[in-house]
Amino acid sequence: MVTHESGGHHHPPTGFIRKYIFSLDHKVIGIQYYILALFSVFLGMALSMLMRIHLVWPNAKMPFTPGGQMTPEQYLALVTMHGSIMVFMVLTTAPQSGFGNYMLPIQIGAEDMAFPVLNMLSFWTTFLSLVVLTSAFFVTGGAPISGWTAYPPLSALGQITGPGEGTGQTLWVIGVAIFCIASLLGALNFITTTVDLRAKGMTLGRMPLTVWSWLITAILGLLAFGVLLAACLLLLLDRVAGTSFFIPGGLVVTDTPIVSHTGGSPLLWQHLFWFFGHPEVYIAILPGMGVASHVLSTFSRKPVFGYKAMVGALGAIGFLGFCVWGHHMFISGMSPYSAFAFSLLTMTIGVPSAIKTFNWLGTVWGGKIHFTTAMMFALGFVSLFVTGGLSGLFLAQPSIDLYLHDTYFVVAHFHLIMGVAAIFGIFAATYFWFPKMFGRMLNETIGKIHFWLTFAGVYAIFMPMHFLGLAGHPRRYADTTGVNFLAPLHPVHYFITIAAMITITAQLIFLFNFLYSLKAGEKATENPWNATTLEWSIPSPPPFDNFAGHVPVVYRGPYEFSVPGATEDYIPQHVTPERVGKAH
Amino acid sequence: MKKKSGEQGSAAVALTLATFLVIFTIATVYLFLAKIWWFPPAISEFGKQIDAQFHRTLVITGVVFVLAQLGLALAIYTGRDRGQKVSFFEGNSTMEFVWTLATIIMFVGLGLYGEHAWAEAHFQGAEPGALQLEVTGQQFAWNFRYAGPDGKFGGTKPELVSASTGNPLGLDPRDATSKDDVVSPVAYVPVGHEVELIIRTQDVTHSFYVRELRLKQDAVPGMTIHMHFNATVPGEYELACAELCGLGHYRMRSFVNVVSQEEFDKWMRDQETALQQQ
Repeated sequence: MVTHESGGHHHPPTGFIRKYIFSLDHKVIGIQYYILALFSVFLGMALSMLMRIHLVWPNAKMPFTPGGQMTPEQYLALVTMHGSIMVFMVLTTAPQSGFGNYMLPIQIGAEDMAFPVLNMLSFWTTFLSLVVLTSAFFVTGGAPISGWTAYPPLSALGQITGPGEGTGQTLWVIGVAIFCIASLLGALNFITTTVDLRAKGMTLGRMPLTVWSWLITAILGLLAFGVLLAACLLLLLDRVAGTSFFIPGGLVVTDTPIVSHTGGSPLLWQHLFWFFGHPEVYIAILPGMGVASHVLSTFSRKPVFGYKAMVGALGAIGFLGFCVWGHHMFISGMSPYSAFAFSLLTMTIGVPSAIKTFNWLGTVWGGKIHFTTAMMFALGFVSLFVTGGLSGLFLAQPSIDLYLHDTYFVVAHFHLIMGVAAIFGIFAATYFWFPKMFGRMLNETIGKIHFWLTFAGVYAIFMPMHFLGLAGHPRRYADTTGVNFLAPLHPVHYFITIAAMITITAQLIFLFNFLYSLKAGEKATENPWNATTLEWSIPSPPPFDNFAGHVPVVYRGPYEFSVPGATEDYIPQHVTPERVGKAH
Repeated sequence: MKKKSGEQGSAAVALTLATFLVIFTIATVYLFLAKIWWFPPAISEFGKQIDAQFHRTLVITGVVFVLAQLGLALAIYTGRDRGQKVSFFEGNSTMEFVWTLATIIMFVGLGLYGEHAWAEAHFQGAEPGALQLEVTGQQFAWNFRYAGPDGKFGGTKPELVSASTGNPLGLDPRDATSKDDVVSPVAYVPVGHEVELIIRTQDVTHSFYVRELRLKQDAVPGMTIHMHFNATVPGEYELACAELCGLGHYRMRSFVNVVSQEEFDKWMRDQETALQQQ
């Protein structure tokens, strides 16, 4: 553990470009990531809105569809890009790279990340990836139609399998590969920083659960993105260099034999993709778990229930997350015997998830709750995590998956657990840390309105999707008129679309609050929430090197709330034992 | 500590949030019990097993769902600011141990229970004497093939595939065993008779999905995958593609007609007659 840097000290930059564009400051980079995610989430939502409108009013005139009505390939391009942008640019980026970058060094008492230049590079590599990915919209044929999972040979054979499968799909593969590189760089930095740069007294057992979740997420990223990078390179070679990693021989596409490929396996891609893809779910949700624990404890004015069990559960989820990718492939044609193992391992992952839920309830139970907007979103997170997690127990069983696989039931499940729950983690983090990051408070009244519309809205959107799935509605259908049994489900689609319109519009309220408070919000004090971790021991916003040359020393665990005998209901981590009970 | 904006109206917020969670829980339970949008009745013994396992899982997850959401609502309601002292506790190892053990038994037990149906679908093959039915996916249609009187599927060649000239599977006319192969865009199977499905695709990955059979299986390029079923209720059942296969994915459907043995034999004779007249 390094307590103080020697010679590595860097001075605040003066020029605009070094200060705000190519900054080495982890705080600026964190905000850059956050803004990138904010842009991406509104883009991703806009794409989903177009999809929802098309499903209910297939003849509606749409912007960006020059022919008037949306074609099936345009719908599928939206499916692909909505998924890719949300998973990579929002769910991977905001909770980990955004908040992790900003808060992790401060929470462990460091003045920056271990490798500031690498940190800057990983942001700009991510930015490049976003540019390449979204440019797929603007090339001939448009964006790819193979979904964010890009199963070959649909994604490997080029234009012949459909519009968007030409240049669009190539750009997608390159964009995702670049994203993998950026994530690998970021993961290395997070791990090194947490291991090496903790302040004196910041033992592993005193790290906030947010830091634990960022550390474990970084380890997952390091192990998972390397595999996706390899898979993307192989797919790119299949597309442009005539290799056949994923393409078997003897294929015929629209009466045209594919004679130039032989010997590959489509299942190889699926194994590589999901070996990344399942840990990716936890990359998206673990930081949210950390934030939820942190915020629930702070505003219940109680220690986290079972801190060690929470750390253990994070580790167990992270480890098991690498052992269950096969549950995405029960009906893929892989050996049915391996489905047996993957199924039991997946059911097992429910156990640490349940431990976390119990402990969140235990944390809130018996507390004196301060209903800040951050707290509301953290409580919403718990509710969503329970709802979204339990449907996983159906899908984890291969027998039930025979019916439910690739239906809207799956869409409901992963949106609730990985999409919306993670977004609630991001919102909780935003309302909680905005005062620290920008020196002003977000408006709490507008925040509450935003919470209520969002909480009711996401349930109104995604709960009915379970029933579409139970009725057997396959996902990724551009139109609901091609199959007879979908006709009675139209009212459900209609309801979902209306709910989505309201919920997405409500996000403009958040955007307004964000921009308005940035300018005119109430000035934030150093510790507006009476919280305990190190970021609340420094000014809002923090100075360039975080602790202004002063090296913090940590004397206690992260969640000392309502400790019997203390005069205040919180004891910050940096308060010495002698000062407890006196004014601090 | 001075009052923060978040604490004002604590009781009202707590009551609203707790009430919301209770209403949400009741509405969800109601919709799962009312079964307004639900799966169609199963038409095989195997399908009924799947349904039974689904219902077992629904009961267990339903109980956990209700307890967790109502527990959260109760914690929120009792945690409102009513001038109480915070009860200070940092954990409870016995409770952690008990609920960990309980979840392991419940979740893993449920998983083990469900493996039986999966084993029946996949670990054992079709019964002897099963009707051999090959199904081939292509963008964006399904084709079924019966071996014909000789009981043998004839050879096919990729370069002969031509949906436009009536040879969607690329049957090789020089192979004698292919001459009597019956190819049809819809399937007919006899009721109460074991059927062995031989699932293939010509181009990209598709997925064979008939809701009433509770069966879904990807058709994977380069692979031949076997499934089997025994439908006991006559009727016309829709087959919908369940794996994204391109722009026509949403309309890639067909039908499996479950008919009496007599009707099936007549249909097959008609097909064979038509073949001979070609």
